[in-house]
Amino acid sequence: MKREAKTEKTVQVAIIGGGIIGTLVARELSRYELDVLLLEKEAEVGWGTTKANSGIVHAGIHEDPGTLKAKYCFPGNQMFPQLCEELAVSFKRSGILVVALSAEEMDMVEMYYQRGLERGVPVRMLSREELLAQEPNLTPEVVGAVFAPQGGSVMPFELAAAAMENAVANGAQLMVESPVLDAWVEGEKKYLETPTHIIAADVVINAAGLFADEIARMFGDAYFSIQPRKGEEYLFDLGMKGLVNSTIFPVPSGKTSKGILVIPTADGNVMIGPTSDNVGSKDDLGTSYDGFERILSETRRLVPQLDPRKIITQFAGLRAASGRGDFIIEFSPNVPGLLHLAGIESPGLTAAPAIAADVPRLLAEQGVALTPKQNFNPRRAGVVRFRELSRAEQDALIRENPAYGRIVCRCETVTEAEIVDAIRRGARTLDGVKFRTRAGAGRCQSGFCQPVIMELLSRELGIPVEQVTKRGPGSEQICYEAKELLGKEVS
Amino acid sequence: MKRLEVDVAVIGGGPAGLAAALAARQEGAAKVLIIERNHELGGILQQCIHHGFGLHRFKAELTGPEYAQRFINLVQETDIAVLLETMVLEVSKERTIYAVNSQEGMLEIQAQAIVLAMGCRERTRGALRIPGRRPAGIFSAGTAQRYVNIDGYVPGKKVVILGSGDIGLIMARRMSLEGAQVQAVVEVLPYAAGLARNVVQCLEDFAIPLHLESTVIEVHGEDRLEAVTIAKVDQNWTPIPGTEQKIECDTLLLSVGLIPENELSSGAGVELDPITNGPKVDDSLMTSIPGIFACGNVLHVHDLVDNVSKEAEKAGAFAAQYALGRLSAPQKRVKVAAGENIRYVVPQEISLDKPVEFFMRVQRPDQDVYLDLGGLRRVKKQFVKPSEMLNITLTPDVLQAFAGETLTVRIVSAKEVGADA
Repeated sequence: MKREAKTEKTVQVAIIGGGIIGTLVARELSRYELDVLLLEKEAEVGWGTTKANSGIVHAGIHEDPGTLKAKYCFPGNQMFPQLCEELAVSFKRSGILVVALSAEEMDMVEMYYQRGLERGVPVRMLSREELLAQEPNLTPEVVGAVFAPQGGSVMPFELAAAAMENAVANGAQLMVESPVLDAWVEGEKKYLETPTHIIAADVVINAAGLFADEIARMFGDAYFSIQPRKGEEYLFDLGMKGLVNSTIFPVPSGKTSKGILVIPTADGNVMIGPTSDNVGSKDDLGTSYDGFERILSETRRLVPQLDPRKIITQFAGLRAASGRGDFIIEFSPNVPGLLHLAGIESPGLTAAPAIAADVPRLLAEQGVALTPKQNFNPRRAGVVRFRELSRAEQDALIRENPAYGRIVCRCETVTEAEIVDAIRRGARTLDGVKFRTRAGAGRCQSGFCQPVIMELLSRELGIPVEQVTKRGPGSEQICYEAKELLGKEVS
Repeated sequence: MKRLEVDVAVIGGGPAGLAAALAARQEGAAKVLIIERNHELGGILQQCIHHGFGLHRFKAELTGPEYAQRFINLVQETDIAVLLETMVLEVSKERTIYAVNSQEGMLEIQAQAIVLAMGCRERTRGALRIPGRRPAGIFSAGTAQRYVNIDGYVPGKKVVILGSGDIGLIMARRMSLEGAQVQAVVEVLPYAAGLARNVVQCLEDFAIPLHLESTVIEVHGEDRLEAVTIAKVDQNWTPIPGTEQKIECDTLLLSVGLIPENELSSGAGVELDPITNGPKVDDSLMTSIPGIFACGNVLHVHDLVDNVSKEAEKAGAFAAQYALGRLSAPQKRVKVAAGENIRYVVPQEISLDKPVEFFMRVQRPDQDVYLDLGGLRRVKKQFVKPSEMLNITLTPDVLQAFAGETLTVRIVSAKEVGADA
């Protein structure tokens, strides 16, 4: 398409990237009288690094002193209860444990404990007996642990989608399937070209995750690079619920990772992972035999009962690690009005609310006028989770709306009404429905409910079933009508 | 909340549930209820539009829907109550069932006896941990079967099928008939997992290559599946380097095993057999919880629906007897164990005072062997295969001769039998 044929659009702030950072920043800026637009390259927000995140809300004891990671982690943790309450997102303060299997490892555990004390992070040392009483399924080989009760877990995709929904309700704009193809500066304005639009903005916030260095390069601002670092995760059947009560960390052996963990997710599954391997490509999202073997052997050292036959799915994500080994949160030294929020690797999810909350301050320092919006509503309408209600509440809901009486996903007990609500809130794909409602995320992995969800997406979006996708254009599930292929040459 | 009371509640309106309900009614249970989640009875048979059902039961070659319809017609001639589009959410050990549908909301159903007949689900890619990306175009074979046979859509045109279970074989033929090209069926075992007749009729007749001792080791494609890499495996199912072969395809169907759906059973506290993944039952097909019975694929995965019907009729009749207070506690309890080359036996416990039909599968194929039931009966078998379930009925007069505490079922070689003789 020629540049001339594209629609021009002028905004005050353009955010590139709808991950956890971009969406929370959009929501934060929607508190002010600002014209904010978020560009997302995928069909829905939260689909890059965010959706594959482990979902751990870190306590703030792992990060090295003096880093931006340390600066934003604990304050971010402290923001989660209110943030998740406002956005109606489930958050569990299940606590984190760093577990020692030897006297040497106990020294590291002691170090984390001291670090916690210095930072004002609530921490407690646990003896072997106390630890086993709290986590009876840990190996009897444990020596002791540090316990940080304010650590927790959240569903990262759910948080990003909820933040975006709330930002849009407060006036921010969202454009999906809008990758930035080119970027340049003309006078005071910065320009972004997408497949359909030319966007002119006063301020551009680069929250492009893995591709933040490429966005910087488009602006001629290539002073940092992003190294993709892969993490594979393996998710167990809900039947394993309760195997661990808190997220179990080993004492890490390397520099770049906190080790391989046993995680009780906010949805109640047990998950093990992640690996931490630098990879050469930003779309290397495959899982591997080797990754699985490492994860299983590492986590079984801590929780011997982990049974690989109970694994229902696996996935991989790429951390956007900067060459600095720390977050990059700064205005570009070369391009005025270009704010980089880059290299947000772990504990990026935990830090995200604190980083987002700092963005208005950073903009004000650059002379952006911030007038609070009178009618900003921090709350997002709650999402009904049928499976969590009492029998009487379920009964009442069905009387109100019979679609609650149609269970579409039998493994996770998700109703038609919940799926329709998710679509009306922005789900446009099978994955979007799954991440929002858990329909298809259970033990049968959508074997039974996928055809029904396809029909619901088709009906609600007004598109033929053949155009319903797993996760955006190119990922259509159904290619042909019955008999359509007959008599055709298949090659 | 609406409350109901019934004599026998049957959970699931597939072949097992239909036969169990009919038998319960015939046995004298006055109020029998079938609870079905779909909008029609018949269960998975409704999407099995190929023929080959009912050879034993009806001495006729029926399609799945035809087989189901024969039972549905019989149910409709009775006063058996049927709740459609109704999902059971919970079963308690006191035999209270919570179920929902859109018309009546939450139902609380108190049953004198319950028959579990929920069937099974398919194993998934996640359960196999096939490495690689997660593109669209990967389906369990049964899901693809539903798309094609019920919804009228064809998932893709170049197909690889992993696993040679019966649904995979049937789908190889169906996809071929729909004009798609089935590139390969890939099986990790040294032999096909499905019935021999399906290998002939669904693969050989369509010249579809069957790759034995092979598996899919990687999935390629970002948005939609583009290819899979298959490789030979060693005896431990570990891929052998150097044997990799990349096959272009837009669709991967998985037919890698069925798992009885026992989440409701577990919730009620029913004890499960780790091998069958179904409830442990006695010779009245009663689970570890009094008054809760199980039959069909929720109990153990069958290969012939005819056997499901037969088993379910027994479960339904015993459930009715229980509901009517006519099922007495057994005098004696003998454990049934799987011995040499037997993977499992159902039932897991017997009383010796009623006829028992034993269902079992072998672990590996063999030929010219004997199936030995605790020394009480020894039957010659020309071939035994894991894919073909074995069944034998012993009557009380034979069973009474058993004196031990555990009856072991095993495969013995002709040589050993000769030595015994």
